Formats: sequence, C-alpha cells, structure tokens
Amino acid sequence: MAVGKEIRTKIKSVKSTQKITKAMEMVAASKLRRTQQRMEASRPYAEHIRAVVGHLSQANPDYRHPYLEKREVKRVGYIIITTDRGLCGSLNVNEFRAILADLRKWREQGVEADLCIIGAKGVAFFRRLNTNIVAATTHVGEVPRVADLIGAIAAMTEAYTKGQIDRLFLVHNVFVNTMTQRPEIRTLLPVEPVDADSLQKYWDYIYEPSAEELLDTVLNRYIESQVYRAAVENVACEMAAKMVAMKAATENAGKFIDQLQLAYNKARQAAITQEIAEIVGGASAISQ
Amino acid sequence: MAIHVDIVSAEGAIWSGKANMVFAPAREGEVGIAPRHAPLLTDLRPGEVRVQPAEGEERELFFYVTGGILEIQPHLVTVLADSALRAEDLDEAAALEARERARKALEGRAGEVDIEQAQRELVEAEARYRAAQKLKGKRAG
Repeated sequence: MAVGKEIRTKIKSVKSTQKITKAMEMVAASKLRRTQQRMEASRPYAEHIRAVVGHLSQANPDYRHPYLEKREVKRVGYIIITTDRGLCGSLNVNEFRAILADLRKWREQGVEADLCIIGAKGVAFFRRLNTNIVAATTHVGEVPRVADLIGAIAAMTEAYTKGQIDRLFLVHNVFVNTMTQRPEIRTLLPVEPVDADSLQKYWDYIYEPSAEELLDTVLNRYIESQVYRAAVENVACEMAAKMVAMKAATENAGKFIDQLQLAYNKARQAAITQEIAEIVGGASAISQ
Repeated sequence: MAIHVDIVSAEGAIWSGKANMVFAPAREGEVGIAPRHAPLLTDLRPGEVRVQPAEGEERELFFYVTGGILEIQPHLVTVLADSALRAEDLDEAAALEARERARKALEGRAGEVDIEQAQRELVEAEARYRAAQKLKGKRAG
C-alpha cells in the first residue's frame, strides 16, 4: 500500500535529526561540566590579580603607567569573545545586539571603534558590517590557552599604549546558570580603581627591580587573565546554551514526529475506509 | 601575629592560610617575609616558595612555581604564579628528564633552537629538580 509514502520518509528523516540533536545535547552536557570546572579554577587567579591591581591603583608611584591614566575618548577598542560554532541558541545574537547598541551610542558621539574578535562566529558577523576589525583569532577551541589569546590582546593593548584607542572594552557572555547567560561589556583599560579596602593613605610599594617594568608586567598579566577568564567563561556559556538549544530541538522533533504520525495514521485510515467502501459498493452492485 | 598567604596559579587556587614566615624566589634573590613587611612588588624566578604555617602543621610547606608575581602588603602575601605545584606533586624523574632535554637543546644549537627559550627551560627544569630533591631529602631525614 503506497499510502503516505512521503509522510513516512519525512518521519524517518525527522527521527534521524532527532537522534543527532539528542547526541549533541548529551555531548554538550558532559562538556559543560568540565568547562564549568575550568571556569571555577580560573577564578582565584583572576580575583587575586584584580585585588593586586586594585592596591596598585591606590599606590603613589612616581611613574604613571598609561594603563592607569584616564584619557579623553576619541576612539574606542573592543575585545569581543564569541563562539566558534553555532547551534547554541541566541547566545551570539544577544551578544552582537548588545555590542551594536553600544557602538551606535559611541558613533552618535562621533567616536569610532576598533574591534578585536575572538571566535569564528563573531568574525563572520562583523565582517558583513561596516566595522573596523583590527585583529581576529578563531578556533581557540574548548580549552582556551593564554598563549592563543596573547596575540589578539597584544594588538589592542599596543594600540592603547600608542594612543590609537583611548578606551578598551571586553565583551563576553556571563554564565549566570545553565539556563541563563547574558552578554556583558566591561571596561578593561584604563584600569578602574577597585573599591578601597582599608589601606593607609600615602604609601607606595618597594619595586624590585623597577616600577616601570613591574607595572608593565602586572598590568599586562592582569589584562591577559581577565581575557582568559572571559574566554573560559564564554566556552561554558556556549556549552550550556548548546545543551538547552539541543534539548529544545529534540523536544520539537518529538512533537513534529507525533503530528506526522497522526497525519500518517489518518491518511492510512482514510485509504482503508475508502477501499472498504469501494469493495462494499462493488459487492452491492454485483448482488443487485 | 601571622600573615595571610594566598598562592594562586592560572589553573586554580593552590594554598591559602595563615603563616609565620614565607620565603619566595624573587627576581633579585630569595626574600623572607615576616608579618608587617613593607609593601613590596616583585616578580618571581622559577623556584620554590616555602611557607611556615601559623597553626596546625608546623612542618614547612613547599610549592614549586615557574615564575610569576609576588605582592606583599603588611597583612597579606599574594603569590600569583604562572604555574604552581605542591611539592608533593613534583616528579623528580620528570624534572631530571626536562633538564636533560633543555641542556641538550642548548648544546645542540644546530636545529635553530631558540636559545633564549632553551635557557629559560633549563633554568626552570633545574629549579624543579632542586625542589624535588630537597623534598626527597626531607622525607628521608
């Protein structure tokens, strides 16, 4: 019986899609746990170096590092962390929307922006727009390493030191919980003073060997650690968003299959009824 | 009187607690830090950080760091290590092997090896080996 051949083929294809989304969901779930651990592990360093930099911004050295100086904003820079792969719901889209709103705000003030993009999705998106991409890194992978990020970071910090940009922002997704991730735009440079914890008023470090060299090391390390932490967090967000998106896709596929099955059954029943009606009609025609 | 010590590396928190005395391999030589030390900022060479905990264990703790930053406040010591290991996790054989590899790379120079890199590796491997050996001597003694 050739009834509903197309429907049957369709059901089969949706079922195989469902298998794939289910598998992707499970893969994302298991990766999520590991990336979450990595995110947690990177937290202590990022927090402590933040505290050190906070102390540093309260110290009174003779030498002022450019990272600590506030300048009038003529041009801004963004380090944007996105995912390399799609199928993770609205994670990237929400982030892009936040960035575009921010860019528009700057443009109204006559301030242009330089972008440094980490992640293939961001590169693909911003290339289509009329934006100025100065650096890009893709395929950092699920285990970001500082070494892979340094090039992109250095491009932006150099631009800041040279005065090409007067402010540097970091954009990434913040992991609130498995269901919720939200984009965040944070100022990286100039380094904002962290709220004071009871240190006395006028003091300075003893610097070994020199203030200049050490401030440079510490502040660069600080930027690196913040970007690294953001990259790790973004991976965790990606996995969580992917897990949720794939779970929804699997459920939708299930619903779709149910509907198709119903349509198939109806069509089959209609065909049977019609056949019986024909037989009955034929038989009654003969017996008359 | 004790000083609060935090040892963290990029891979996670290593140790945190109160100590009577901390020793660290600073750029200009080893520094010993007692409570109420003047504020100091310096970078670290590869080597070992030793901590004398204030309470509980009176045994000295060893940590191996590959470099990093040391911040001292009168009440606080922060070691921001590039990579840190508890001395217990140090593998002497692996350290020795790494040292040999680095030395060979330095001697062999033929293959366009980055000499600076090799030298850095050698220093690191040696510090690692020394730390491992010191720990071993301690266990035997």
